[in-house]
Amino acid sequence: MNQKPTSKRITQQKIGYSALSLLALITVAPIIALGIYILVQGLSVISLEFLTGFPSDGMKAGGIFPAILGTIYLTLGTALFSVPPGVAAAIYLSEYAPDNRLTQLIRVSMINLAGIPSVVFGLFGLGLFVIFLNIGSSILAASLTLSIMTLPVIITASEEALRSVPTEFRVVSVSLGTTKWETIRRIVLPQGIPGIITGVILGLERAAGETAPILFTGAAFFLPMLPSSPLDETMALPYHLFVISTQVPGMSIDIQYGTALVLLTFVLGMNIIATVIRSRARARRQW
Amino acid sequence: MDTLFTHVRKKSKTEFIITRIIQFSGYLSILYVSLISLFLIKEGFPAIYSVPFDSVFGKYWYPIESYFSIWPLILGSITVMIGATIVAVPLGIGTGIYISEITPQWAKEFLKPLVEILAGVPSVVLGFIGIQVIVPFIRESFNLPTGLTAFTGSILLGWAAIPTIVSITEDSLNTVPGSYRQASLALGATPWQTIWGATLPAARSGVITAVMLGIGRVIGETMTVMMVTGNAPVVPQGFQAIFAPVRTMTATIASEMGEVATGSVHYQMLFLIGIILFLFSLIINIVAYLVSFRIVKRSERLLS
Amino acid sequence: MVNLALAWAEQYQMLNSDVNISVSGGGSGTGITSLINGTTDLANASRELKPIEYEEAVKNGVLPQEIVVARDAIAVIVNPSNPVGELTLLQISSIYKGEINNWKEVGGDDLQIVRLSRETNSGTHVYFLETVIRLGDFEDKSIFSPTTLLLPSSEGIISEVRDNPHAIGYDGLGYITDEVKMVAVAKDPKSPYIIPSVNTVNNNQYPISRDLYIYTNKNSEVYINKYISWILSSEAQDIVLELGFVPIIAGD
Repeated sequence: MNQKPTSKRITQQKIGYSALSLLALITVAPIIALGIYILVQGLSVISLEFLTGFPSDGMKAGGIFPAILGTIYLTLGTALFSVPPGVAAAIYLSEYAPDNRLTQLIRVSMINLAGIPSVVFGLFGLGLFVIFLNIGSSILAASLTLSIMTLPVIITASEEALRSVPTEFRVVSVSLGTTKWETIRRIVLPQGIPGIITGVILGLERAAGETAPILFTGAAFFLPMLPSSPLDETMALPYHLFVISTQVPGMSIDIQYGTALVLLTFVLGMNIIATVIRSRARARRQW
Repeated sequence: MDTLFTHVRKKSKTEFIITRIIQFSGYLSILYVSLISLFLIKEGFPAIYSVPFDSVFGKYWYPIESYFSIWPLILGSITVMIGATIVAVPLGIGTGIYISEITPQWAKEFLKPLVEILAGVPSVVLGFIGIQVIVPFIRESFNLPTGLTAFTGSILLGWAAIPTIVSITEDSLNTVPGSYRQASLALGATPWQTIWGATLPAARSGVITAVMLGIGRVIGETMTVMMVTGNAPVVPQGFQAIFAPVRTMTATIASEMGEVATGSVHYQMLFLIGIILFLFSLIINIVAYLVSFRIVKRSERLLS
Repeated sequence: MVNLALAWAEQYQMLNSDVNISVSGGGSGTGITSLINGTTDLANASRELKPIEYEEAVKNGVLPQEIVVARDAIAVIVNPSNPVGELTLLQISSIYKGEINNWKEVGGDDLQIVRLSRETNSGTHVYFLETVIRLGDFEDKSIFSPTTLLLPSSEGIISEVRDNPHAIGYDGLGYITDEVKMVAVAKDPKSPYIIPSVNTVNNNQYPISRDLYIYTNKNSEVYINKYISWILSSEAQDIVLELGFVPIIAGD
């Protein structure tokens, strides 16, 4: 028995839909505008020299290669310290963890870790790695700091990826006589890899764009040479953008936009790669 | 899951070690959170002895003259936070509902990634665009002495928090069974009424969690606020204070950490601010957890 | 002094390819702290070392040596559309203390004054506090009005003053661009109003001039001392002039 909605209700719906679509528009339109604006303003500066050259004239001219390289180093360093423990922790939570208080504590800790402000990580990194452990302001200290920040993201995404592997797979594997770890290693983990990789890339994307955690743990303003060891400081794209847009008088506005464009492209590039991996994995899924 | 493996053959030594490593990794989060709290307390707690109590709640934050009132900083952060929440919540929930319930599948395919892109924009870039575009715009549109205000920070931060709210809202709406919607429609409600009367209430706990996590993200923002809120450590007064410059706790730490001598009073005070920030995010997470927990409990009771 | 330090470092490394100099910004306070902590060889400072910092350094085994490497004027700047072109030290002090709040009180338009300043870790900030706000009186405990915007650095001040008719700011001569308007400053209402320049600083006419320093450890390596000697040479001092600062006169 379907009643036809009254015209008042239909009008209500129309207004409601319009209001929501307006909200969505206000949310989404600036995203596109932002991208286009930075692209347009920054494109003029982008060239091979800009991407592979060094800064000159007190940072006001030249290229930003050391910053790009620095960000790559930091991203790799973060991956080194966050992916193995993160995936291992995800395996634990998905395959081993009993349903008890301790596990609840782990989850609560993870949520809290994820919510800590980035500058507090910077403080912690400064206090522990730079000063207490005497590593000094370095790529190593900055990577360690960033890795702690990235850990919850990787654990969450990896755990979800592992959990989504159907139980049947594990059952079949056991029926063939494997041990638990063998099952994980040969069946569950490989099936979960695409999801894990997506999570890792998204986590590293955030790490690549962060400034506050590296401010006092490894970022430097002007280095004449590229870092030669993990104990050296490095330039980095987010810090570089911050410095040239607030600290250097007479800085060409084009170079500022150009640097913003490079950083944005780097970060969004990772986003796109992660999304592509995720959708292709979904299409190819065996379940 | 372990019942599956009760009849397997004996594990090798390597498997035993690997399992232990995995187990240890599981506990890492607890380890890190404890380590961070311990460190913050170790470096920041002494501030309580070094700084006289009335200074900490006085009027001025001016470290080089030993004025260490954190009050303007806390209020600065809260002002920006409230403004950002007002911006983020309607936009976030509205967009989440829109994408989840109203847009057709083909539109979802490009709207969702678009919102996710916003999530990836680094805070420096937002701050940069803020200085270049938003700050002058606000100064001129609102006829203010300066565009470097809490309001500017709220807009940028609120906008940046939207993806968090959208994605969790959307996920919760998706987990509401289709039967809820169909039942509502069968009773003669319009799709609009269905959203507000049936679907959304069912997803209530998820939506609230989304909002709280969005707020959490706002509090922790550093670079954007440092670049656009003016950094004046003023105690905000009255409603118009949102249109005046403020200084947040996060910007204070980021600006001043480089200049403090290790172990000095200023150093300790900055760590103390770090403790406060840590507590803020802890409280928000606990509240979010409790709220969603209680709502889940109540709905479990109703359905049983 | 970061742009000066950068320019010197760049030039010196071009002449001496076996030397590597890395420069970090962050204000005089940051540099001095690094010197005390032993994490840097040279600290550029636009203010003098405080006695308490000297003690800290000695405690850490660092013996600070002070070298004057250039001179500078603090220019007070306003928006180009601001009719006010002359201010006394007392007026500037009152503005920044929060006692004068509207441009019309000093002969300008009816606009609320927006005060801009460097961050507290900046030597320029400290110098301004002591010399202008407190008018050189060590007993005076006045501070900047809390409504003063503390901007992360010089560029922020320049761009805000350039865009905002309400704004007043200050910074070293070397950071001032022609996008903003410099105010002529008089020691008192009876003295002449002087615009800062190389000449007026060297003649000691401009009331807000100061020395710029490099601090280093007395027990520094030879190559560090070589660098400092080069900085005092005419070649490096030409760079000082180029950047808008005031070279030290030989024999100073």
